[in-house]
Amino acid sequence: MTNIEKYNNAFVNSLEITEDRLAGLKYQDIEAWDSVGHMTLVAAIEDAFDIMLDTDDIIDFNSYEKGKEILSKEEYGVAF
Amino acid sequence: MNLLQGKVCLVTGASRGIGLATVKRFAEEGAIVYANVREPKNLDKYYDELSENNSGSVSSVYFDVRDESASKKAVQRIKCEQGRLDVLVNNAGVMKDALVGMVSSFLMKEMYETNVQGGVNMIQFATKIMVKQKSGSIINLSSIVGIEGNAGQMAYSASKGAVAAMTKTAAKELAAYGIRVNAVAPGMIDTDMYRSIGDERMKEQIKNIKLGRLGKPEEVADAILFFASDLSRYITGEILGVDGGAVI
Repeated sequence: MTNIEKYNNAFVNSLEITEDRLAGLKYQDIEAWDSVGHMTLVAAIEDAFDIMLDTDDIIDFNSYEKGKEILSKEEYGVAF
Repeated sequence: MNLLQGKVCLVTGASRGIGLATVKRFAEEGAIVYANVREPKNLDKYYDELSENNSGSVSSVYFDVRDESASKKAVQRIKCEQGRLDVLVNNAGVMKDALVGMVSSFLMKEMYETNVQGGVNMIQFATKIMVKQKSGSIINLSSIVGIEGNAGQMAYSASKGAVAAMTKTAAKELAAYGIRVNAVAPGMIDTDMYRSIGDERMKEQIKNIKLGRLGKPEEVADAILFFASDLSRYITGEILGVDGGAVI
């Protein structure tokens, strides 16, 4: 499975949305991506890539695109 | 009874007192215990003995709870080795006394860094694993002075009051994931930390304990065990006094 597939799966499974809605998706755009959903999403992403996000990055993670930017940081090393 | 058979537990501040008693109690009940101390001490041999003589096992994990990065690495290590974390005991703490007029911002910061922020860090990292497994028990160490206040302990009691508040808040947030969060609030317990107040003051304070004696670290460890085990499976957001009926 490619990294983008893993990343998308984390969103689809955690927030129960279809893949075609991911582009442009922002925190709290949908009911499922509330603060509780955010924790579930972060846990799924951490599990998928075997990483542990810093608290500041969890706070900054406010959109589908921003998440990719954060994971691309050197400390996490996820290439898309 | 093996109340914690196979449960993976992390106990911070496990070099002495309540933390060390908790590690021993957990090992007796079959837990896989990660005992946190700040730096390598002569405890590894004792931990090995606990592993040999009990159904559980004990491993050292060295980090300072004030160091966010080191705390994170320690939890990652547990995740890597065990794939789960069932119990977190936030026990690491410091106590320094000062009268109201003598409480410096440095002292407040020092108390909060370990007693509050250190605990928050640990909860954040531990819940990353617990959220996924949809279960877990977190036990924070508050204090009778955090609930009742105590002359000469503004900084310490404020930090322990904060621990009680964060316990109730975390319990409300994390219940959705099957994670329970409780606290024990020890009274006057016979530990090195407590004895640092001096003999005179200690004698005075014992007069205010209904059961007429200091508590033992093992008696606090038993309360922590209760919250760690399934015996308390329907309890969250509670602050349990372990104080022999002490009045402050």
